[in-house]
Amino acid sequence: MNKTLKIVFMSALILAIGARPALSAGNLLIKNGTILTVTKGVIVKGDILVLNGIIRQIGSNIAAPDGVKVIDASGKYVIPGIIDSHTHIALAGTNEGSEAITPEADVGAVINADDTAILTALSGGVTMVHTMHGSANPIGGPNVVLKMRWGKPSEDLLVPEALRTLKFALGENVKQSSRTIVPGGPPPRYPQTRMGTNAIIRREMLKAKAYMEEWDRYNKLKGSKTPPANLVPPRRDLRMEVLSDLLRGKMVARCHDYQATEALEFMELAKEFGFKVQCFEHAWEAYKIADELAAAKIGLSVFADSWAYKMEAAEGIAYMAGYCAKKGVLVSINSDSSERIRRLFNDAGKTMKYGGLSETEALSLVTINPAIQLGVDKIVGSLEVGKQGDIAVFNEHPMSAYARCDLTVIDGDVYFDRAQYLKEREDAAKQAQAPKKGGRP
Amino acid sequence: MMKRTLIFCLIAGLAAGFLPAQTKTAKIIAIKGAKIIPVVGEDIENGTIVIRDGRIEALGREVAIPSGAEIVDAKGLTAYPGMIDSYCFLGLQEISGVNETVDNRETGRINPQVRALEALRYDSMHIPISRANGITAALVAPAGGLISGQSTLIKLDGWTEREMAVKISATMQIEFPAIRAGRGGFGGGAGRGGAAAFDAPRLIAELKDLFHKARMYQKAKDGAAKNPALPQPDFDETSEFLQPVLDGTLPVMISVHADRDIKAAIQFVREENLKAVFFGAEQGWKVAEDLKQANIPVIIGSTYEMPPVWDDGYDQIYRNPGLLSKAGVKIAFSSASASVAKDLPYHAAKAAAFGLDKKEALKAVTIYPAEIFGVSLVMGSLEKGKAADIVLTDGDILETRTNIKGVYINGKACDLSNKYTELLDKFKKRG
Repeated sequence: MNKTLKIVFMSALILAIGARPALSAGNLLIKNGTILTVTKGVIVKGDILVLNGIIRQIGSNIAAPDGVKVIDASGKYVIPGIIDSHTHIALAGTNEGSEAITPEADVGAVINADDTAILTALSGGVTMVHTMHGSANPIGGPNVVLKMRWGKPSEDLLVPEALRTLKFALGENVKQSSRTIVPGGPPPRYPQTRMGTNAIIRREMLKAKAYMEEWDRYNKLKGSKTPPANLVPPRRDLRMEVLSDLLRGKMVARCHDYQATEALEFMELAKEFGFKVQCFEHAWEAYKIADELAAAKIGLSVFADSWAYKMEAAEGIAYMAGYCAKKGVLVSINSDSSERIRRLFNDAGKTMKYGGLSETEALSLVTINPAIQLGVDKIVGSLEVGKQGDIAVFNEHPMSAYARCDLTVIDGDVYFDRAQYLKEREDAAKQAQAPKKGGRP
Repeated sequence: MMKRTLIFCLIAGLAAGFLPAQTKTAKIIAIKGAKIIPVVGEDIENGTIVIRDGRIEALGREVAIPSGAEIVDAKGLTAYPGMIDSYCFLGLQEISGVNETVDNRETGRINPQVRALEALRYDSMHIPISRANGITAALVAPAGGLISGQSTLIKLDGWTEREMAVKISATMQIEFPAIRAGRGGFGGGAGRGGAAAFDAPRLIAELKDLFHKARMYQKAKDGAAKNPALPQPDFDETSEFLQPVLDGTLPVMISVHADRDIKAAIQFVREENLKAVFFGAEQGWKVAEDLKQANIPVIIGSTYEMPPVWDDGYDQIYRNPGLLSKAGVKIAFSSASASVAKDLPYHAAKAAAFGLDKKEALKAVTIYPAEIFGVSLVMGSLEKGKAADIVLTDGDILETRTNIKGVYINGKACDLSNKYTELLDKFKKRG
């Protein structure tokens, strides 16, 4: 993105969004809103108190301790901060397409805290994202979980409590369906079929197993009473290190797929090598295998209804999220986009029509469910005492098409405030209209 | 009600010796007990709509139900006019990433001769999905180049494209060259795939030249017709197909986005004396007064976009419709899509969340598009004499959580099944 544009946009939003609470940081009392806790029911005309970034009290008639900023949410809806289980924002790069297997290419190394998509996310009530390696490789790289703390350095965005995840991808993207082979140009990259995709993942897993065995043998010998004098450690392989972590259960797999067959076969691979598949991403045919997913406790991170953009997305149905959720699959609605991220609540609301979910069930798809998928449900995802103060306030019920995000709070700090934003925009417009004094003729 | 429809469908199907996917038109239908929102005029609680031969014969609180009418009990439901999508690719695009299924962009830049209707896949998987969400008509438009071709206005029901057509040619699509360069999303040219900004003056001149040439062409033809001694001009396809635009029978829909370009487009319309509607106009709010003075309505594009100019504000796409409406510019919403054309009502609701009056939002998916496309005498609202394009809902038609319970197009109860429901039903059988 153009740097100047970024600055212009930032200057427009920065006053509203970047404004630190004048009072002590991390302390906030939101009063008189309809609180949708997601996990503990609805509190009409309720208050929620955040101290030092943590929710300390939820109830009625809570008095503001000294130095705590008070926000009136009368007539508004207070919900947990929205969590996007699959996006690529706030990164300086997503794909390493030159090779098929790149588990060493960690997006954690390229976090871009200046990405204005963070502002976009905040304007839609999003407080946390799982920002991911792209889908150009059967085995991509590690992903990261970030809080949308605009204005803080990259390392301060990271959520250390989150599960470590590794991106996999299947289907059209990794077999490079849309790539034109130019005569005399680079040869096609292996794999070019779904057969090859499965085979290459199996090959790498077998390699990783052998690598782990080699290290185990070395460590055993080294730890023995009489280690051989000429004992040489195995060569360190950064790719294999990552895959070893996956096979040891220190990481979980997040796998981009579309067709039911490739998903089922990836599940077979996971069984064969004993790694955990946390979620399938997009997975537009998952409704065909909902029972298998529920039984294997594999989640889904999917679109509400963005479909038919390529062949393998031709059988995506808007009923999928709701249908699979009712079948017992842990479903989240993701954005995978720096635009859609600001209307995840709209997308979640669609599952009420398509799938018949209740308001709370629909809201879960962008709050507690993604929190569970990311392993952060102990700290965020619902409004409960003891959890972190990540909160969004809406003018209407967030599952309504008329809903608008008015306030976004992370750790008890206001990061987006529409009222303040509007005031500053108005002031700026007035200032621009005011006659200029002095200056050059 | 659904059961009744199904039984009727079976009987009608057996009588005809085959099973149609849709029911036959009952001669007289009475929808009883619904809250009626005609869009034009006051809402009617507990009202009745009588449909005869596809048209609304009567509606109101006290309406006599003719004998022999098929009665539809719509107690607890709300009746709306069917929604109209004012710009979409339904029938021209199945799977956007698979070129074999995409027919909305002809190659070349000057294509007034191409007609959307002639490529419209009436059996598109996307049409029944839109219909099941209460959309009963759509303007399907070609895109790309400078003159993209002729759009068509269809109803979302029919066994062939000609059966669906309300207006075979509804508008001539023009993608206006972008003058304003180097500012956000507008810098690249006239919308997506448009010309480079530095080419704009030349391209506008080219457009004007084409129009001038077409006028001269017609003059020469008329002259030759009157006087056999004068030669006929050489056949010129572009000039031939621009004639309906020049004589005002075919309006132009001009895709234009930035404020400066909108002003230039207004000037172009004035100089060429065209009947025009604009599409997009994301910075329309900055020149709303000019649009109002020129009496040019605006088709709002999809709200699933980022602001093309960042310093217009994060909510610029969302608030533009409300600001235009407040300034007195007539607006209509569009999906600008095929695969999510069903989302038309949500674009209107989003604008309502950011300042557009809710009633205006509803009008902008019903009566306003009908007025803009010159068909408001026959559709766009629930009024006596108009086509019975009626949607029965269990709530606000613009709400995501509202369910559509019945759709009538030209008085015919439509099949609400679609690719979504078919696939769902198929895999539900797994148990």
